[in-house]
Amino acid sequence: MNRQIALLLTIALAAGAAMLAGRMDAYYVRILTFIGINVILGVSLNLINGHTGQFSLGHAGFMAVGGYMAAWITVNFGVGFTAALGGPSWWSEAALFLPALLAGGIAAAIAGLVVGVPSLRLKGDYLAIITLGFGEIIRVLLQNIDAVGGPRGLAGIPSYTNLFWTFALAAVTIYVISSLVDSTYGRGFLTVRDDEVAAGAMGIDTTRYKVVAFVIGAFFAGVAGGLYAHSTSYLTPEGFTFQKTVEIVIVVILGGMGNNFGVTVAAVLVTVILEALRFVNDISWLPEWAKDLARNRTMLFSLVLIALMLARPQGLFGTWNLSRRRRTGREEIASAQRA
Amino acid sequence: MPLATQVPANGHADAPLLALQDCTVRFGGLTAVKEFSASIGPRDLVGLIGPNGAGKTTCFNLITGVYAPTSGAITFAGRPIQGDKPHRIAALGISRTFQNIRLFGSLSVFDNVRASFNLRRRTSPASALLRGRAFRSEEKEIEDRTMEILEIFHLHRQRDADCRSLAYGDQRRLEIVRALATQPRLLLLDEPAAGMNPTEKDELMRLIRFVRDKFQIAVLLVEHDMKVVMGICEHIHVLDHGHKIAEGNPVEICRNPKVIEAYLGDEAGAGKN
Repeated sequence: MNRQIALLLTIALAAGAAMLAGRMDAYYVRILTFIGINVILGVSLNLINGHTGQFSLGHAGFMAVGGYMAAWITVNFGVGFTAALGGPSWWSEAALFLPALLAGGIAAAIAGLVVGVPSLRLKGDYLAIITLGFGEIIRVLLQNIDAVGGPRGLAGIPSYTNLFWTFALAAVTIYVISSLVDSTYGRGFLTVRDDEVAAGAMGIDTTRYKVVAFVIGAFFAGVAGGLYAHSTSYLTPEGFTFQKTVEIVIVVILGGMGNNFGVTVAAVLVTVILEALRFVNDISWLPEWAKDLARNRTMLFSLVLIALMLARPQGLFGTWNLSRRRRTGREEIASAQRA
Repeated sequence: MPLATQVPANGHADAPLLALQDCTVRFGGLTAVKEFSASIGPRDLVGLIGPNGAGKTTCFNLITGVYAPTSGAITFAGRPIQGDKPHRIAALGISRTFQNIRLFGSLSVFDNVRASFNLRRRTSPASALLRGRAFRSEEKEIEDRTMEILEIFHLHRQRDADCRSLAYGDQRRLEIVRALATQPRLLLLDEPAAGMNPTEKDELMRLIRFVRDKFQIAVLLVEHDMKVVMGICEHIHVLDHGHKIAEGNPVEICRNPKVIEAYLGDEAGAGKN
């Protein structure tokens, strides 16, 4: 029951943070929001890439689907809906925002199903290429749908996202994915990653597990997209390029594939470091080449990724996490070896 | 017809658990298995032998649904299973081990076995989110049964160990435990003695007999090692180049000239080429 208490505590904490946000520098609130969104993106991609071992590069695409869907709803029906509930208030906004986020998540989940079912016959590099293609298709489609602004982008999205929604939903994401994986059912995801043939022979419906991972992962990416849309209040297809996917993939690899705790920490680190890189110009003693490198994030990220793969392919945290079973497990083995 | 009436008290002549009829597997121009027929009774310990490349593992993959037969029929407990997916076949009660050990490398010993209980899980995946009473009691039950079966095979001390850290023989044993956890009626063992020393082989033979008697299941064994096969199998099928060349009890197989030729054949058959 600890995990349910932890979930409720985090949501309460998120509400507290949201109340304090008014007194905080808007810039820090913004960074905290991005941290929450990146946690959702990282943990949800971790289910697909980490736990289930299906290397997907389509996460920015799922995020775009959810973001646009949620924003389209609030932009087009927001005013009428809140007016019908007696004008803008925190609860009329919540009554609009939460269903909009859900709709975004569901739209992304459907996209996940549509992509997942045919492409999950593919493995490894081929799956990566297909999902990468999907992300690009989504972007080009959005550029050509006039109802959401096409290449001009979708403007005037109400700023509903606050720290409460962001952190509460991040907590829900972590809760859902970690509880799912931490069960007999959830071991199935890991068996698919480790050995598909053996998993099938032990009665694991590997295709079904892969589709479930894709659908759930895409759902939360869609929710994250909705949060993102309502925090920047402006969406453009160019915000969901391959580079966004790479950012999320790096979060997952950095945190350790299949380690929700590590991925959560990595999401915080990556967001903060990306932000901190904006200030390197102010550091006078830094040589010019280092500043150039810092300004060129893509290059820096590639270098970090290469270094990480060489030095620590299991990610910063490997399989280390906060669960007790593993730690007591190690002690038991150690004591058994001593005996 | 209810299943119970199909399981006879003895013998398999009238109601085999598994029956293959004229199964052929072709990969492009290569015929890996040709018109293979066999039947296995509910408590049989059957061997499948043959030189390298004879098609033994292909037969296994055929039975477990990794391949579908190009032609022919496979029935298990009275129902056709050819073309079914591996997980469906596992659900019906056929489980297996692999020639090159295929444990779930990142999982602990405990989780390797626990994953197999998914097949008979009653609560829905969504119950893992709410973690209600039914979910918790089933998780507890699965945990207990996992420990129970690990204890039977003396692997319970290593429950939290990384399965790759186990000794070779223990890994083979764990694979058998994992297969048994799916509660099969037929267990297929693909070269379980590969890479074992004579002491380990003796141990393995005892283990296989024990599994059959304790769990009351049929065992089909692919094996290179003649001592193991002749030592425990009651009935043996011999494959060579995808054809069945002989069938019978160990004594008959040992004396069969075709079998001797297939195994030692190059010299004897040299003159014919």
